[in-house]
Amino acid sequence: MSPTITTSSEANGNVSAATARAAASAASVAEASGPQAVTMAKALNTALADAMHADPSVLVFGEDVGLLGGVFRITDGLTRTFGEQRCFDTPLAESGIVGMAVGMAMNGMRPVVEMQFDAFAYPAFQQIVSHVAKMHNRTRGLVKLPMVIRVPYAGGIGGVEHHCDSSESYYAHTAGLKVFTPATVADSYRMLREAIDSDDPVMFMEPKKLYWSKDLVDLEDLGAQHAANAAAGTSSEGRAAVARPGTDATLIAYGPSVPTALAAAAAAAEEGRSLEVIDVRSIVPFDDETVCASVRKTGRAVVIAEAHGFASVSSEIVARVQERCFHYLAAPIRRVTGFDVPYPAPKLEHYYLPGVDRILDAVDDLQWEN
Amino acid sequence: MTISADHTAPDQAQRLPAEDAASEAVRKFGITVEDYMLPARHQIQMVDQDGQLKAEGEQGTEPGHEYPLPADEELLAAYEQLVVGRRVNDQNSALVRQGRMAVYPSSHGQEACQVAAALCLSDGDWLFPTYRDAVAVMARGVDPVETMTIFRGDWHSGYDPARHKVGIQCTPLTTQLLHGVGVAHAAKLRGEDTVVLAMCGDGATSEGDFHEALNFAAVFHLPVVFFVQNNKYAISVPLAHQSVAPSLAHKAVGYGMAGERVDGNDVVALLAVLDRAVKLAREGSGPLLVEAHTYRMQAHTNADDATRYRQDSEVAEWLAKDPISRMKTYLTGRGLLDDDGAARIAAHAEDVATQLREGLGEDVPVDPQELFRHVFSVPTPQLKEQSAMLADELAREASSEESPK
Repeated sequence: MSPTITTSSEANGNVSAATARAAASAASVAEASGPQAVTMAKALNTALADAMHADPSVLVFGEDVGLLGGVFRITDGLTRTFGEQRCFDTPLAESGIVGMAVGMAMNGMRPVVEMQFDAFAYPAFQQIVSHVAKMHNRTRGLVKLPMVIRVPYAGGIGGVEHHCDSSESYYAHTAGLKVFTPATVADSYRMLREAIDSDDPVMFMEPKKLYWSKDLVDLEDLGAQHAANAAAGTSSEGRAAVARPGTDATLIAYGPSVPTALAAAAAAAEEGRSLEVIDVRSIVPFDDETVCASVRKTGRAVVIAEAHGFASVSSEIVARVQERCFHYLAAPIRRVTGFDVPYPAPKLEHYYLPGVDRILDAVDDLQWEN
Repeated sequence: MTISADHTAPDQAQRLPAEDAASEAVRKFGITVEDYMLPARHQIQMVDQDGQLKAEGEQGTEPGHEYPLPADEELLAAYEQLVVGRRVNDQNSALVRQGRMAVYPSSHGQEACQVAAALCLSDGDWLFPTYRDAVAVMARGVDPVETMTIFRGDWHSGYDPARHKVGIQCTPLTTQLLHGVGVAHAAKLRGEDTVVLAMCGDGATSEGDFHEALNFAAVFHLPVVFFVQNNKYAISVPLAHQSVAPSLAHKAVGYGMAGERVDGNDVVALLAVLDRAVKLAREGSGPLLVEAHTYRMQAHTNADDATRYRQDSEVAEWLAKDPISRMKTYLTGRGLLDDDGAARIAAHAEDVATQLREGLGEDVPVDPQELFRHVFSVPTPQLKEQSAMLADELAREASSEESPK
């Protein structure tokens, strides 16, 4: 019996709204000054500033995002540059922040709101699930809700309780929300710009332990690329990336787990095993095509996520790959995830977090022939 | 900013109008800002339950709480909408009994609040209703059948919010107040003079979003009129279990805004109070809270048994306060309404009822592919797959019906 695997080969072209803003953005992009060591925090900050320059309807608000620049400094300087009508502090109330953003998006604005920490977003859950996700659907597409909810999420920073939740599965389970999570400095710029351009609401999950990770990138060049893509109606939105090519097995990871997967692949290479690493990037929509192409090539897969494994995004990925690649698989798909326990206290978190050794153990279990 | 807020930053004060309602009351009447913000000591009432205009001294003329009588044309328009609203309520309740609608939360008895909420707004203003506010939505100009789509069951909302400037009716309590705050905030940032009237019930004032909406509107000094229809019960739970505040209008002062309580079955007083609230909001006085005292004459919905939690004597007491009969007596007494006028209005109400019966009586075909069309602006690959799967199922179903074995 031949495999009956189907994948969509259509690129996601959801950038129509961005086209109009492209010209303004392109005009503000200066001569490229070459790659520099940039943190993810700086890339996100620059993406916000560039989006605000490009489109006067983009607003930033939340708790402490004004003069303080956010507790992680992602909104640093925006109030100074754009004034307190464009970037402002709100009363301390997450449902209020998201609910007000719904009304502003209904009335012509593109709000980008910050939830200070993952678990702090839960008071806004009602607004997110009942209204942010459903306004477009309930109005038969008559009302678009172009808004971004930025959520600094996941652990690895020694945070105290309620500061390290991986909440992406709640949002991914809710129809009507896009869920993005960047893992690299360049992606954090690109994907935040794409999220702001999206006519649909986006949960933008920022792996907070990567805020201070650095890469050599040229932010001005990224801005120019974004403007050119928007003008041409092309985009990488909704696409996964091959973070490291390989031939023997595929590690599928997203957000905070991508660097860990890359470290595991580097360690495996020293032992002569070639692992391909896929960075999912966009949880919703999910790029079956890139993920399945890799698994069909390697025949083995491990899914890595920091969140609890039970009823999670990682469960979903395993199910999707199994349905589409069963006849290519040489071994059952393995998962390496956080344990099904509340996120632990700082002195215990290293026992919880999926690490390189745990990933390599899972790879070793993939029924190798020798 | 003169409303409360001794902690307000000076630069913020400079952006606000030099004179607002509170400072005007301080200047004009020599009362304190707190006295201005507190509701009048009684419900504002202008026409009593016998249809008589109250003596000037009793109708809301306390310092800071003065209300002129609305214009004759406005009163007549309100009466017409009251009659239409009652007919709509009764027609829709009948359609539920006939199985034409899944459910209808009737506003029978609350029509004065419904009508005044719509009539106090200008074309560019926004209304944010609750699920019980279909009559207000219709009075705002939305097609009656479109208003009922949510209850008929073919889609979760039937009208275009942006075109009518009416938020969609929804069942989670109080969440829409924040959407109203956001619409007002966006309009204010663009320098528009839009006012938002956001409605909720007495039960909704216990929800967290009520607090957040009022606080946000006050802190950002937004043109929002919060309109609480206190109909005494949240399904079966009486007001005493929701709040022990002196009144729901008193809650306003805690947020730094003015509150007012009004007889919710007196459309004249409602128009006077809401017109003024909208005018003040438009002029830059920030948000206001109006609490209307009214009564839900029928059960919460057809699934509810109101006899379990309230006495017949209480219902009878409110029957005597009916908003429509009192208005008819008042307008007739003033010579503004005669038999011909009343007959014309009744005929118009019957036309609307016919429109509802016909529109809701016909079975509108639903398109299964619409399931996938409105989730995202562009369907995801996953939704395209699921859409194709359903199309295939339907095609096979159709072909097996065409060629029975």
